[in-house]
Amino acid sequence: MSVKKKSKHIIIPCSGIGKTVGTITRRATYMVTDELLPNDTDSICLPLLTIQDEETVRKIRENPCITIDGCVAQCAKKNVEHHHGKLKGSIKILDVMKENQKLKPGTVLDIGPDGEKLARKTAEKVAKIAGDES
Amino acid sequence: MKIKPRIGLISCSGEGLSEGMISREATRRILEQRDDVVTICLPLFLAGGQEEKDFAKNNPCITIDGCDKICAAKGVKIYGKVHPKSSIIISKIAEKQKSPRPTSKSKIKPEDEKLVQETMKIINKEIDRVKEEE
Repeated sequence: MSVKKKSKHIIIPCSGIGKTVGTITRRATYMVTDELLPNDTDSICLPLLTIQDEETVRKIRENPCITIDGCVAQCAKKNVEHHHGKLKGSIKILDVMKENQKLKPGTVLDIGPDGEKLARKTAEKVAKIAGDES
Repeated sequence: MKIKPRIGLISCSGEGLSEGMISREATRRILEQRDDVVTICLPLFLAGGQEEKDFAKNNPCITIDGCDKICAAKGVKIYGKVHPKSSIIISKIAEKQKSPRPTSKSKIKPEDEKLVQETMKIINKEIDRVKEEE
């Protein structure tokens, strides 16, 4: 009897270096892959997708992907779409901030306690999408 | 009057490796210290418009990559159709320094500080060299 290997959700943050929201995407990703769903999720380097790395492109086509973007450019989502990845969900930090207007994140290098809270809320949203069967 | 282009610093930001954290942190600190440098989120090369694609043509670039997959350097070549003026690789710096591999993908630990400082020193030196050449 062959056992089909369960596919892992690939969480892809934009990691944008120019903005605090980029750091929050990265932090949220690690909360999901290291704490919330360590056995069911994995991540990739987005730049590897940008340079069309074969193995990375294959990975996003074979596994459901959830992107986390910091700004309106939505680099993570667009990179996955461009390479015809299996996009299961996408989250924008700006939307999470709109829902939590009292939380004011810090800087790119130190997102501060409010940034951590925003990352946590984002991570929970990602985990929920990953948990959905559809 | 001809305005001199600023030096473009492009970091890989690799989410999958702890070295990506070093490249991101060192690059970001330099950006906050100097006003003759500018950056672009690497995934924007693909997700952005012509202005982003022309970034490497309009600004002499120094790439800062975490590993020898050199996504940032390749990204400049693919999208900018030019070679970076300088290519810095964190894993090579660590090897030369005999530094232990950074252990965290999300935080700079005290033991990683030496590697960040050494990387910043090299980036600063390369910026000054490229400026001389321009």
